[in-house]
Amino acid sequence: MKTRRDFIKISALGIGATAVTVGAAKAVLGSSLFGNENASETETFRRVPTYCEVCFWKCAAWAHVTKEGKIQKIIGNDDDPQCNGRLCPRGTGGVGMFSDPDRLKTPLMRVIKDGKQTYREASWDEALGFIASKMKDIKAKHGSESMALFFHGSSGNHFSHLMKAYGTTNLAAPSFAQCRGPRDVGFDATFGESVSSPEVTDIRDTKCLVLIGSHIGENMHNGQVQEMSEAIDKGAVIITVDPRLSTAASKSKFWLPIKPSTDIALLLAWIHVLIYDELYNKEYVSNYAEGFDELKELVKLFTPEWAYGITTLKPDLIRNTAREIANAAPSVIIHPGRHAAWYGDDVQRTRAIAILNALLGSWGNRGGLFFKEGIKLPEFPHPDYPTPAWSWKELSNGKYPLANEAITNTVIEASIPSEGKEARIKGWIVSGTNLIASIPLKDELEKAMQSLELLVVVDTMPMEITGYADVVLPECTYLERYDDIRATAHREPTLCLRMPAVEPLNETKPAWWIAKQLGERLGLGAYYNYTEYSEVLDWQLKQVGSSLDEMKRIGVKKLERKTSPYITEGTTHTFKTASGKIQLYSHEFAEAGFDAMPVYTPHPEPEDGFYRLIYGRAPMHTFSRTANNPNLVALMPENSVWVNPQVAKIWGIKKNQYVWLKNQDGAVSMFPVKVRLTERIRWDSVYIVHGFGHHHKPLKFAYGRGVNDTELITKVMVDPIMGGTGMRGNFITFLTVDPGKESES
Amino acid sequence: MRYAMAIDTRKCVGCSDCVVACQTENNVPIGFCRDWVTETVDGTYPNVSIELRSERCNHCDNSPCVRCCPTGASHIEDGGIVLVTPHKCIGCGACIQACPYEARYSHPDGYVDKCTFCIHRVRKGEDPACVAVCPTKCMYFGDLEDPNSEIVNVLKNRKFKALAPEAGTKPQIFYLT
Repeated sequence: MKTRRDFIKISALGIGATAVTVGAAKAVLGSSLFGNENASETETFRRVPTYCEVCFWKCAAWAHVTKEGKIQKIIGNDDDPQCNGRLCPRGTGGVGMFSDPDRLKTPLMRVIKDGKQTYREASWDEALGFIASKMKDIKAKHGSESMALFFHGSSGNHFSHLMKAYGTTNLAAPSFAQCRGPRDVGFDATFGESVSSPEVTDIRDTKCLVLIGSHIGENMHNGQVQEMSEAIDKGAVIITVDPRLSTAASKSKFWLPIKPSTDIALLLAWIHVLIYDELYNKEYVSNYAEGFDELKELVKLFTPEWAYGITTLKPDLIRNTAREIANAAPSVIIHPGRHAAWYGDDVQRTRAIAILNALLGSWGNRGGLFFKEGIKLPEFPHPDYPTPAWSWKELSNGKYPLANEAITNTVIEASIPSEGKEARIKGWIVSGTNLIASIPLKDELEKAMQSLELLVVVDTMPMEITGYADVVLPECTYLERYDDIRATAHREPTLCLRMPAVEPLNETKPAWWIAKQLGERLGLGAYYNYTEYSEVLDWQLKQVGSSLDEMKRIGVKKLERKTSPYITEGTTHTFKTASGKIQLYSHEFAEAGFDAMPVYTPHPEPEDGFYRLIYGRAPMHTFSRTANNPNLVALMPENSVWVNPQVAKIWGIKKNQYVWLKNQDGAVSMFPVKVRLTERIRWDSVYIVHGFGHHHKPLKFAYGRGVNDTELITKVMVDPIMGGTGMRGNFITFLTVDPGKESES
Repeated sequence: MRYAMAIDTRKCVGCSDCVVACQTENNVPIGFCRDWVTETVDGTYPNVSIELRSERCNHCDNSPCVRCCPTGASHIEDGGIVLVTPHKCIGCGACIQACPYEARYSHPDGYVDKCTFCIHRVRKGEDPACVAVCPTKCMYFGDLEDPNSEIVNVLKNRKFKALAPEAGTKPQIFYLT
């Protein structure tokens, strides 16, 4: 197929032959007088403050650097409440993000050579000059609003600033519509604010933690994992609702192996028991909530017996757990979860979770959800951003009225021309997100990328998305750069510094530098009134009584709270909703034409011979971004498909056999995946860890290892409230013979 | 002095942070490890339970690896820590065969390597790297002869087991159950 943008494999070009020598250092045996001890005994390290970028938790840490400039290890900062001196395996293995030999090394530009599209190395000046002239061109022809940014992580801040200065607010993060968006909108509609990140869950002091769609311990959200362990020590009851015996489920007093897609029925039955057995927190509800009578009427018939037929959970189990939950109230957390884009009614499911928390009186009480407090750093002075003529909101044509962040999928759709109509979006910058693995709508994504006038990808690694770019910009890793101060709102306000531990390798550059250089070439120099980013940080820190020098010494600064994290006796709390009260019944939803209270709707079921595809996390990987990290690949090189032995028997599938997966629409996995026979999963579902099955050969350690769940998610159930892409309605079957797909890639 | 470790299986989530921390602390070459995580599953759906364990050299009191070493490279340090002196090791691998826990591996540089309880850290009064990094704080390291140590306290108050006691090696890693 001839396309505007042939997918180019960077490896095929012999580019970037400069080997990374750091990190390959041989073990130094030093003074091994006593035995097999090692370098670090005699070594003295330079300690450089940073915060981790391997996931969004952003734990503060010290990079330990040897005299030769090798990053030997990364250790958590004791003063950081987000990690308490203990990083997770990914943070500890963060050295591999730096030492990965497959990193991008120089800017690359798409050119035609002998009639074939290919990349050639370019200087920064040439690459940036090209992008700036294209962006000027797009602005002149279509308006600045027709540029969009897709982003994830700290680098996104720098490109967001650039795009706003340029004149567009089409800034879309997959973390909204593909992940936490439904949860944030659901909690916002109920309590007037979201649960934030890191979440305001008071797990360490809880008496009862209910996990429904959250697998703490496999999702390695560090502070939560640490607190769950503390709660276990203190004897807290854990109740886990999961079709799979997750790690957390294995530590629970109650495991509810629910039939997937029926969570709302269970939540409504729990609400029913709390209300009709009068177990709810009457005082809290009458003080702080609105719409109780409507809720009581709604759940009248939603008994545990009703839910049994839907969820396959026995009525006694539903009643007993409801009582257990009520006994612990208000020191109880019905966990809001994080990745919530499942079935297209996800805002409503999260509303049901929020409503349960409200009935128990958990928000504002110790051991429930607390009120966060943070510190806002003033922005470094710059001219006002121009007001764009239109924004991402216009792209939805009146759909998804309660989205409060840009929706990736609508930005992608708006990049595709339709009969006689030009696309509204003409150019993308993609920073730190491998859309090929994070966006489930593969065909739309492909069409959009083929229609763009400009596609720039900024990344540290040759992820699949780089193969579609006109220009690839190699960013240095978090260990080689300054970034914005992490200003966290949580139990206490904290500030945290990231600074370069070592110089950037090869021709890589920090995102702040890339954005500034582009800005200056676009005539936006007034927005970049500094030479080094350290000047920005120092100025900001000085506004709040610290300084860059101080932060370089301590890495993390904790500030005192001015308000109480809990409702104190004798005072009342005003929630941030329009009325100041918790919305059990949502007038906002009713006015927008949605159910004012959550209701259960059945979702499609797998046909004979098909199994629901459930995906999740492993503690040693973050999405697809760590799949090539040498340290972490060593821990988990590939994913496997979890299959119940009874199911395997029907198919004659053996333990550790490799199979291909085919979904309900005929999509077949590119690579085979190892079968893990396990009693830990239901008969009607299979489970895989997200982030594997990379097909880009330059990712030497990740290539061809395991299966990419995203390629099997061809059916998406979009949440009408905010545009979230529900991805759990896909069903797979097994192919034991090679379908010969790999040769196509 | 008798160093030992107790690991709480109720808290361990099997994240393998102990494995990475050991690697970066001790320059363990990628592809090898001095500690690792195992999972055992019991029962059938839906009555299933699992146990996650971080495993390593058991620094046995009655250590077959030391007894079988022809050069004396494998030896016992103060506090019962079993070590290998690389320059005395000829890489014959007898100890690898003798260990019932498969705790030793051949280092690419030609000697046998294994967990040292991070003796270089312990001498400075620090915990081994795996213990210090564990997000769940499921590991306790200390001196069994110190009645005030945390490890003595948890072993007094909790049920525990050791691995392969039938091998008669007197292992010093205890799993709280």
